[in-house]
Amino acid sequence: MLFKKIVPQRLLHEGLFLSAEKSPDKVAVIAEGHSYTYSELVDSVLKLSNALMLRGFVRGDRCVIYMDNTWPCVVSIYATLLSGGVFVVVNPQTKKDKLEYILNDCSASTLITDAHLHNVFSEVVDEVRSLKCVITSGDMSEIDSSAIEAFDDVVNESSGVFPYTAGIANDLSALIYTSGSTGNPKGVMHTHSTMVFALNSLIEYLRLSSEDRLLVVLPLAFDYGLYQLLMSVQLGATLVLERSFTYPAQIFKRMEEASVTVFPGVPTIFSMLLSMHKRKEISFPSVTRITNTAAALPPDYIDSLKEIFPSALIYKMYGLTECKRVCYLEPELLEKKPSSVGKAIPGTEVFILDAQGNKVLPGETGMLYVRGSHVMLGYWNQEELSDEVLVDGYFPGEKILCTNDWFKMDEEGDLYFQGRSDDIIKTRGEKVSPVEVENVIYGIKGVLEAAVIGVDDEMIGEAVKCFLVIEKGSDLSLMQIKKVCVEKLENFMVPKYFEVVDELPKTNTGKISKKDIK
Amino acid sequence: MEIESKLRNFILENYLFTDDQSALNNEDSFLDKGIIDSTGILELIFFLEEAFSVVVEDEEMIPDNLDSVMNVVKFVESKA
Repeated sequence: MLFKKIVPQRLLHEGLFLSAEKSPDKVAVIAEGHSYTYSELVDSVLKLSNALMLRGFVRGDRCVIYMDNTWPCVVSIYATLLSGGVFVVVNPQTKKDKLEYILNDCSASTLITDAHLHNVFSEVVDEVRSLKCVITSGDMSEIDSSAIEAFDDVVNESSGVFPYTAGIANDLSALIYTSGSTGNPKGVMHTHSTMVFALNSLIEYLRLSSEDRLLVVLPLAFDYGLYQLLMSVQLGATLVLERSFTYPAQIFKRMEEASVTVFPGVPTIFSMLLSMHKRKEISFPSVTRITNTAAALPPDYIDSLKEIFPSALIYKMYGLTECKRVCYLEPELLEKKPSSVGKAIPGTEVFILDAQGNKVLPGETGMLYVRGSHVMLGYWNQEELSDEVLVDGYFPGEKILCTNDWFKMDEEGDLYFQGRSDDIIKTRGEKVSPVEVENVIYGIKGVLEAAVIGVDDEMIGEAVKCFLVIEKGSDLSLMQIKKVCVEKLENFMVPKYFEVVDELPKTNTGKISKKDIK
Repeated sequence: MEIESKLRNFILENYLFTDDQSALNNEDSFLDKGIIDSTGILELIFFLEEAFSVVVEDEEMIPDNLDSVMNVVKFVESKA
């Protein structure tokens, strides 16, 4: 009864209340085997939202959610939105220095996290002056700080009345941190308006309905994972939420139990499925759509994927966090255009421009630009970097997004990725900034020079490779270097290959010349 | 004992890059501690199959069998 007035939908979380109104007893989320209905989700969201506001959380505050893919993580995302706040989901693989950087960069007022990550966050929370509240889910027995509250207690002690909150569609809803070429991650600013728009466009072309059951094994810190949740809740569908794809047999069991219909993956996951299929045949006939993004799906995967998912349409897509998604190939065109990523998503358009800003002819390569209501507001507190990618559009004051990727288009308007114009590495579906990795390696005593590049790798897109010059007489071993890397970097950023060399090629001005390495 | 020490050394050397035995407890969840993720798990399977001459079936790739040193040792012993 409470939510009938939400028409038309303007705010992201209104989708939750509309779905709960329609089907309160339907399962909203199956998290690691436990089912939660829409009314249970609303109840927990209302309680956590009231609890946050009681602790001083106000409209526009940033709540960093540093958690695994769990039920409390889902509740925290929607409770932040309902409280008028901005959610910032951070990958649980993130190490101390970067977590501290993000908390300070967005001046988070609230941190919601998992107890098993306490080795990382407990050293950081005292260094972040903006933090007013830290809430932790899971087994609290190893946490000795009385300032840290238990998630279940906070939720259970609160009132479940609908809180009064202001907010309009132009408000920020999320900051999504992504690797930048300067080394530090940048917070991509999305509003309720950009996210609701993107969400509905995705739902349209993926042909989703409330009958679907979507699987997420990708981190919710990654917008591709996050949008599975947002789409599912928006539709009143069911989300099957898993922490990771590490233990495939467990995922397969959950997929069968829940008759999953949508399987979003990245090439790494598909290649793992393929190698398991080779060992022993696997098949998921309930799946009607599989989607791929983050890196190109090798065309020779398609036949085996059709064996594994005999009823599925296969979607190849391309996007960037700055606008969520750019384009997709209609699955019916997969055989005809195996290397294309298709056309702009519904309600948006793209252009390929040359260096002078003129449109290029079909077949010619140029820079891809994106126009639509899904484009971000900019990078949080990074005006200069924002201006580099948000450039003048058609109308006075209008901004369009420069993808920094080279593309070409065929006569029918379908797009083909040609390469990146910056040196960001795309590996295992994630972006890696070479500078971020180099900064860590330069911090190791005995390292004289380091250069990080991406090298082609069939399974993971690009593999991170580091060339090193080590000080003469130093007894530094590769093992010691790798150890520092795993302590300071997320797993996907740790170089797969190291090569020690006597010297690195330089430009005339003495800078390391990456294009001469390889 | 032999399984445990071989396994511990493999994990320390290949995932944690150290020979410091205190860096890994036998009960540590590989997932919780971020020790192994989806690209590392097949390497672990191949290691188990080669080092201990066991065959790991797809349906056995679950946390109960694989998510800590303790679980893996139990699992490998049950296969012997």
